Amino acid sequence: MSSQLPTLPALLPMLKRSAIATIIAFFLFLPTLGIKTAASGGVDGLFLQYRWSGLAIACGLIFVARMAMEIFGKKQDGTSKPAAAPSALVRFFGSAKIAKTVGPVLLVFAIVFPFLPFSDRYILDLGILIITYVMLGWGLQIVVGLAGLLDLGYVAFYAVGAYSYALLSIHFGFGFWMCLPLAGLLAATWGVILGFPVLRLRGDYLAIVTLAFGEIIRVVLLNWRGFTGGSNGLSSIPRPSFFGLPFNQEPGGFAATFGLEYSSMQRIVFLYFLILALAIFTFFVTGRLRRLPIGRAWEALREDEIACRSLGINTVNTKLSAFAIGAMFGGFAGSFFAAKQAFVSPESFNFMESATILAIVVLGGMSSQLGVVFSAIAMVGGVELLRQLQFLKVIFGPDFDPSQLRLLLFGLAMVLMMLWRPRGLVSTRTPTVFLKDEKTVSAAMISQGRG
Amino acid sequence: MNYFIQQLINGITLGSIYGLIAIGYTMVYGIIGMINFAHGDVFMVGAFVSLITIIIFGITGTSSVAVGIGVLILVAAISMVIAGIYGWTIERLAYRPLRGSFRLAPLITAIGVSIFLQNFIQATQGARVKPLQAIISGGFTILEGNDFVVRVTYMQILIVVLTFLLMTGFTYLISKTSLGRAQRACEQDMKMAMLLGIDVNTTISTTFVIGAALAAVAGLMYLLYYGVIDFYIGFSAGIKAFTAAVLGGVGSLPGAMLGGLVIGLIEVFFAAYFSSEYKDVAAFSMLIVVLIFMPQGLLGRPEIEKV
Amino acid sequence: MSQPLLAVNQLTMRFGGLTAVDAVSFDVHREHITAVIGPNGAGKTTAFNCITGFYKPTEGQIVLTHADDRQFELEQMEDFRISQTAKVARTFQNIRLFGGMTVLENLMIAQHNHLMKASLYTLAGIFNMPSYQRAQKAAKEKAQFWMDRIGITDRADDPAAALPYGDQRRLEIARAMCTDPVLLCLDEPAAGLNPRESEELNALLRSIRDTNNVGVLLIEHDMSVVMEISDHVIVLDYGRKISDGTATQVRNDPAVIKAYLGVVED
Repeated sequence: MSSQLPTLPALLPMLKRSAIATIIAFFLFLPTLGIKTAASGGVDGLFLQYRWSGLAIACGLIFVARMAMEIFGKKQDGTSKPAAAPSALVRFFGSAKIAKTVGPVLLVFAIVFPFLPFSDRYILDLGILIITYVMLGWGLQIVVGLAGLLDLGYVAFYAVGAYSYALLSIHFGFGFWMCLPLAGLLAATWGVILGFPVLRLRGDYLAIVTLAFGEIIRVVLLNWRGFTGGSNGLSSIPRPSFFGLPFNQEPGGFAATFGLEYSSMQRIVFLYFLILALAIFTFFVTGRLRRLPIGRAWEALREDEIACRSLGINTVNTKLSAFAIGAMFGGFAGSFFAAKQAFVSPESFNFMESATILAIVVLGGMSSQLGVVFSAIAMVGGVELLRQLQFLKVIFGPDFDPSQLRLLLFGLAMVLMMLWRPRGLVSTRTPTVFLKDEKTVSAAMISQGRG
Repeated sequence: MNYFIQQLINGITLGSIYGLIAIGYTMVYGIIGMINFAHGDVFMVGAFVSLITIIIFGITGTSSVAVGIGVLILVAAISMVIAGIYGWTIERLAYRPLRGSFRLAPLITAIGVSIFLQNFIQATQGARVKPLQAIISGGFTILEGNDFVVRVTYMQILIVVLTFLLMTGFTYLISKTSLGRAQRACEQDMKMAMLLGIDVNTTISTTFVIGAALAAVAGLMYLLYYGVIDFYIGFSAGIKAFTAAVLGGVGSLPGAMLGGLVIGLIEVFFAAYFSSEYKDVAAFSMLIVVLIFMPQGLLGRPEIEKV
Repeated sequence: MSQPLLAVNQLTMRFGGLTAVDAVSFDVHREHITAVIGPNGAGKTTAFNCITGFYKPTEGQIVLTHADDRQFELEQMEDFRISQTAKVARTFQNIRLFGGMTVLENLMIAQHNHLMKASLYTLAGIFNMPSYQRAQKAAKEKAQFWMDRIGITDRADDPAAALPYGDQRRLEIARAMCTDPVLLCLDEPAAGLNPRESEELNALLRSIRDTNNVGVLLIEHDMSVVMEISDHVIVLDYGRKISDGTATQVRNDPAVIKAYLGVVED
């Protein structure tokens, strides 16, 4: 379709299609957006509130959006889209040389980030959050991206790490650096325990079983009150200190020792660099693993499991190692989470977390570490920004809190981003070993794995 | 013993609801091989649409039984239609553009749709639980022991009977009509079916609509049976129904029903005799045990690895 | 000759009521090319999958004897161990390369077990210790050797799925050879090849037999390949062995002619 505005005869079918879309939207929104059940407090229990203006605005938006798609968008024929030519973005990040320069630039930015003028407490907290998800994404990428095992219960290992840290530090007084490896080890052990019986299952079944495992762990955390504190969680977890110097106003604290004026920001900056260091560690270890025989075996497993067996690769052990190592990084991140919050409760480890991490990996591109960084920024940071939007009060009424929409927009963003780039932001694959020159492998060749 | 029979009755009722949801999973998985993760949330939407329609019609427990049942049928029809539109829209917008694409992509969009629906309902209907007074109350006593009375409520009878009728109807639909034939053809080989002139898109859309409509009926039943719903009911009911579908053998309609009954019974008995807090753990553990020892399910066909 | 390399004894495989392979016995010798032929559905691939461990036979023994007289009962071993310890390598009828990985990576994965040990199960690899570096270098050289031998060195860094069909077939053979097998099992290696490629394949198989001290067992439909390079031919029909001998013997066996052409009835 050309770029100039269509003529009237061409416009009519577009209007018709948009009208149909609007009618469908009307029926979708009528009983949900248009009518609200509200509690009256009386005997009848519930009565209805009508929001006709909200309904009209929503339907109007659908009509406008559909018309915009008709006029400016590509022709939609409804069947599967042919593979789109690599966009500029893909060519940019897909090239190995560019990736090598973007990485260090990002790292330098991450290091100076806390000292930039706009970095207040809110921004730094957001930075910590994003880096935590980047780290979790790199951990899960081993399982989902490399080994091709779909894990919907990754949050279980995050929880194991967090509770390990909490319990070890509360009951035994272990410090952060002592708890960190133990938490990773425990998470990895759980990875083996959970992985062993289920890793023979084929893809989607594995997904649902890992989801069930994640839920089981959450329910146990919620109900084993004597051990985990139940829904109240565990509080007053000791905070990490700077090589023994706590972040407080006491004479022996961090500020006093270095002759600085005490500020609560010092602890935040410390936490920021702590998670940054952990993430960099994760980056190097997972990047290195990928280039080792074990990493190649993971990818081979994703490509063709039967061929792996014919080459003498013990597929069960290989899968278990992917599961355990992925879980270990989840455990590390979990213990950081517990240390940062000084509080853990089962509510932090629900399915939404697993879904978020998985979405970051898939959107990032299954085997690109850089892609995970960008998708974590988009998923976590972008949605956080959307949360600030105030105009939605028009639809939902003045007493509406836009932060309620965070997850709604998150779900919508997940759908739209996958439609936009089904294979992720960086869909090419960099070979792990090369003879003469390092070329990337285009997405069309890469197998998707059974799981 | 009486306590046992009472739990058996409760378990069958709950199992019928799970079975109805499970049909949607099993049909969609059978035809396009994906877990429609948003299906549990379509069930939840169905429950909400039913609630709103019931309040619009203003039926209460005091209405006469005939009026009550008549209106309930109308309510069921409306929520089936609305949920069907939801099912159709979800397939059209979130799954169809990704058909034949990267395999994980539709799963991620399905999770996205699920998150969207939950939070959409939370935003529009509020986060609080919605109570509804019993519309069909009463029942009769079938056994009277010295310490425990076994009762069957009219509601339970309605649920089981309605489930049975719908099951029979849809089994007939799938096994005897051209729609069923088209579905099975797509299940076997989508490309070949297309070459033979089967409208694959319509067949898949219809499958989603049927699944969503049955989930809406399940939502209505859930609402009437428990008398309370919230925006989050779709998640755990969804996983349990999926468990039921797998347990029964993916792709098999009677299997989905059977699996639903087994899961319902396990949940109710576990809650009755061991711990109600851990009843979900029991249901999910069942899923794991079944998948490990009997991946083809109770009524499914075994899969032979092709080398 | 002492013990044969592979002794298949009374091999039987049933799927439900169907007997795909029925009490078949044969031997495969070192430095021989042994071909299994037969009409469609004769049970060739099933027998093959039993030998390489992808199916567990219902009855019968499959004994592999190494040059140092170590013996392996393949029917009792897990599939990956058959390659790992008994040293039986195989290819597939529908090529199973790691398509998204490069030619070189494919050949490196074939050396996985050796490299895993060299990397001390990843520990030495993480720190890139000299012992691992040496092993990695040696593995690369071995891969280079096989790429040179099948003439695809200039495509070493291309994804396997991008190779032409004939190269993919030969790459799969090279990959199998990188596991250092004593027995190489090929499932229809000439399928889909043009006459020139087929000729190259024959030369490759002969040179593997003569220089690498392996036995080659192959399933083939292409009679020109079978007759030209086989030292020993086994004919299956309806799951039973109907003939066994040299190519010439088999060609003139009335039972074979009957199986392939049917009996002329008046």
